[in-house]
Amino acid sequence: MLAQAVRRLALAIPTLLAIVAAAFVLMHLAPGGPFTKERQVPPEIERRLEAEYGLDLPIGQQLLRYLVGDEGRGGLIRGDLGPSMTYKDKNVGEIIAEGAPTSAILGFSAMALALVIGTFLGVIAALRQNKGQDYLVMAFAIAGVCLPPLVVGPIMQLFFGVEWQLLPTAGLHRDEYGLRYLILPVFTLSLPIIAVVSRLMRASMIEALRSNAIRTARAKGLPERQVIWRHALPIAMLPIVSYAGPALAAVMSGSFVIETVFALPGIGKQFVLAAQQRDYTLVMGVVLIYSFLIILLNLAADLTYRALDPRSRTA
Amino acid sequence: MAAFWTDRRRLLLGAGGLTAAASLGACANGQIVGFDKANRSLDICNQGEPLSLDPHKASGTWENNIIGNMFIGLTTEDSKGNPIPGMAERWQTSEDGRTWTFFLRRAQWSDGEACDAHDFEFAFRRILDPVNTAEYASLLYPIKNAEAIQAGRMPPDTVGVTALDDLTLEIELEHPAAYLPQLLMHYTTYPVPKHIVERYGDDWIHPDNIAVNGAFTLIKWWSNYIVHLQRNPHFFDAANVVMENLYFYPSNDVNASARRVQSGEAGWSTRFPSNQVDQLRAALPGYVRVAQYLTCNYFSFNTLKAPFNDVRVRQALCMAYDRDWVASNIYRTGEHPAYSFVPPGISNYPGTARYRWADWPMDRRREEAGRLLEAAGFGPANPLRFEFSHRNSSDNPRVAVIVQDNWRQIAPWVTVELRGVEAQVHYANLRAKNFDIGDGAWSADFDDAKNYLYLLETRTGDQNYPSYSNAEFDRLVRDSDFELDVERRGEMMARAEQIALDEAPICTSVFINSTNLVHPDLTGYEDNINDYHRARWFGIRNT
Repeated sequence: MLAQAVRRLALAIPTLLAIVAAAFVLMHLAPGGPFTKERQVPPEIERRLEAEYGLDLPIGQQLLRYLVGDEGRGGLIRGDLGPSMTYKDKNVGEIIAEGAPTSAILGFSAMALALVIGTFLGVIAALRQNKGQDYLVMAFAIAGVCLPPLVVGPIMQLFFGVEWQLLPTAGLHRDEYGLRYLILPVFTLSLPIIAVVSRLMRASMIEALRSNAIRTARAKGLPERQVIWRHALPIAMLPIVSYAGPALAAVMSGSFVIETVFALPGIGKQFVLAAQQRDYTLVMGVVLIYSFLIILLNLAADLTYRALDPRSRTA
Repeated sequence: MAAFWTDRRRLLLGAGGLTAAASLGACANGQIVGFDKANRSLDICNQGEPLSLDPHKASGTWENNIIGNMFIGLTTEDSKGNPIPGMAERWQTSEDGRTWTFFLRRAQWSDGEACDAHDFEFAFRRILDPVNTAEYASLLYPIKNAEAIQAGRMPPDTVGVTALDDLTLEIELEHPAAYLPQLLMHYTTYPVPKHIVERYGDDWIHPDNIAVNGAFTLIKWWSNYIVHLQRNPHFFDAANVVMENLYFYPSNDVNASARRVQSGEAGWSTRFPSNQVDQLRAALPGYVRVAQYLTCNYFSFNTLKAPFNDVRVRQALCMAYDRDWVASNIYRTGEHPAYSFVPPGISNYPGTARYRWADWPMDRRREEAGRLLEAAGFGPANPLRFEFSHRNSSDNPRVAVIVQDNWRQIAPWVTVELRGVEAQVHYANLRAKNFDIGDGAWSADFDDAKNYLYLLETRTGDQNYPSYSNAEFDRLVRDSDFELDVERRGEMMARAEQIALDEAPICTSVFINSTNLVHPDLTGYEDNINDYHRARWFGIRNT
């Protein structure tokens, strides 16, 4: 198992390099550059700006410079993500370090909440298949998928913040973290995940309950509670695990909508703004983080899979 | 049954735990009071994240909102945005208007070091040094040698700014510029602490290193989240500063900003969604502040290209555009239709230039437009087809649809295609002259008509989007720089503007208003054409 994990992580390096190269080229293909603005920069200054960031080089050399650096600059292989092209006073590493904790806390909490609630709802729906509870849960799931956070977020702000003044609508409590400030954004972010998890759970639970293993468990005379939570749940969890890995990577690398609506300092917002402003280095930084998370969490999902399903261990 | 009970017990336990955790959180942080009278703090929704807080690298109004509280130039703005003495207590001008001598007050940086004429001299050299790639330094080109220095043709120490002694600063100009006191309020002219910049280089702006000479100093800057400023006790007028803490939040989402003010978590938002103005007036009595502002929305014709090289085509389209309807129906905060390029209310400007057909009813304008286009050779046999490019942000797409409809109404053989693109791409297209007609907006950096007219000068280059070139226009604008008499200078510029309006290289659209939501108990906030509101003047009305 350890050997496999190490092998997978080693394979991640060429994968990341390929992603970096692809993203780099794609970004430079987009029209406009980081210094195209309403007020034009004098030509001499524009020339110097481009030279400073290496934008006057051919794209291949630019990529090489980004990867291995040059005099005064470390390059990606030495962990230097470079200076931001739009935020003049900070470099990409600093900006991501400022935003990543919030995105990670937000994403992780939303996923944890969604897994607990979604699993629970899915199991109920499966056990009461085609009954009132089932329809109720599935109606909720449809609503959760259909209503985007862009709609749910402002509605929650309006009721909990403006109308009833129960919860804060934005921010983290100035420059400190505040638990209350995370309630609305975490719930808004988890809603669509709850919906997906509960639907997945319902389907796979129904299937699990029909499996030979469960028939055997029941035949052995185990109490129903034990049959469901000890035997059926681990089998039914498998699709959830393979969904949750990449989904966790996605939510942990930030949500533009949530971070904008709730005015939170995450990297999802940074990413979208950077793309709009053609801040090449910042975009690359966030893409790297996201790719790395995807690889890492897919690996984690596979390892969990093995723990839950004895059959996959021999493969 | 037993299973059901145990599950329910667990469920209750879980729910109890969650409630406990939530209430714990509730104790840990109370709700923020956006305008906290007891603690004298103000939470502010600002349009965007500052790209830089270094006055030599900043370029946006939202950065100015913050930086203008941290630094003070030779002149500064009063609560109404008018120039008043800042670091300079008084100044005198030579007879030819080209040499200005400023007498500075004794003042300190926030670290206690003296802030004097040498810091100013250092700052002007720093911003103009091409090595520092200051994108906004072109504003300083009226200063002697400034343009040559930034183009790398002269060394930075040849700039016409000299510290005669610790408290006397001399500024030499390329040409008389009556608007210098207005210009010297701008952040590009702020001093920077020489001793700190020399020590830390570009990291001087970091909260651990920075020293400021303004009313508030930088405590924390968390990217894309918060900028925290605190009262600077070393500020020369610190005794009269009421506010203790300012928190600026970059708020790209205007709707969210409005909700933040509504929930009481912010005391001031520098924008609000104009389509909600009526609801906001009802929900937040006394908060809505709408004021005339130095911004003109306009469309550029690509005059290098047929048919827009024909003045009749440009005039026709310009005439047939119903800017009154757009001003009152697309924009909802009392915006004025633009029948000139320079907004009304600009200082030292007669504001007499106007489209000659400005008072005609729409029907007559539409008929005349049809006649002009026919005279230019268009008709059923030779239909007029072109593309209108616009920024796909805020209200611009909605304006584009109206423009399209207005122009189609001239005649059935006029076809307008719309192309909405991201602002960044759009401006790149305008500069590359890759457009037929393109929208744009211009906000003046300081209160002077020159700020608009120079956009249409031949020498302006790429940023003269329509590529307009008229010798008489160029001559009048250039000569106005050398005119010492303020009134005559204004008349010259107005004559130039009239030429441009007659030849219609651009089609002006609407003068945009500034829109703020401000807590009614915040005193010292005054509506003004620059939309400058420095927290130094803010106070608290106790009700």
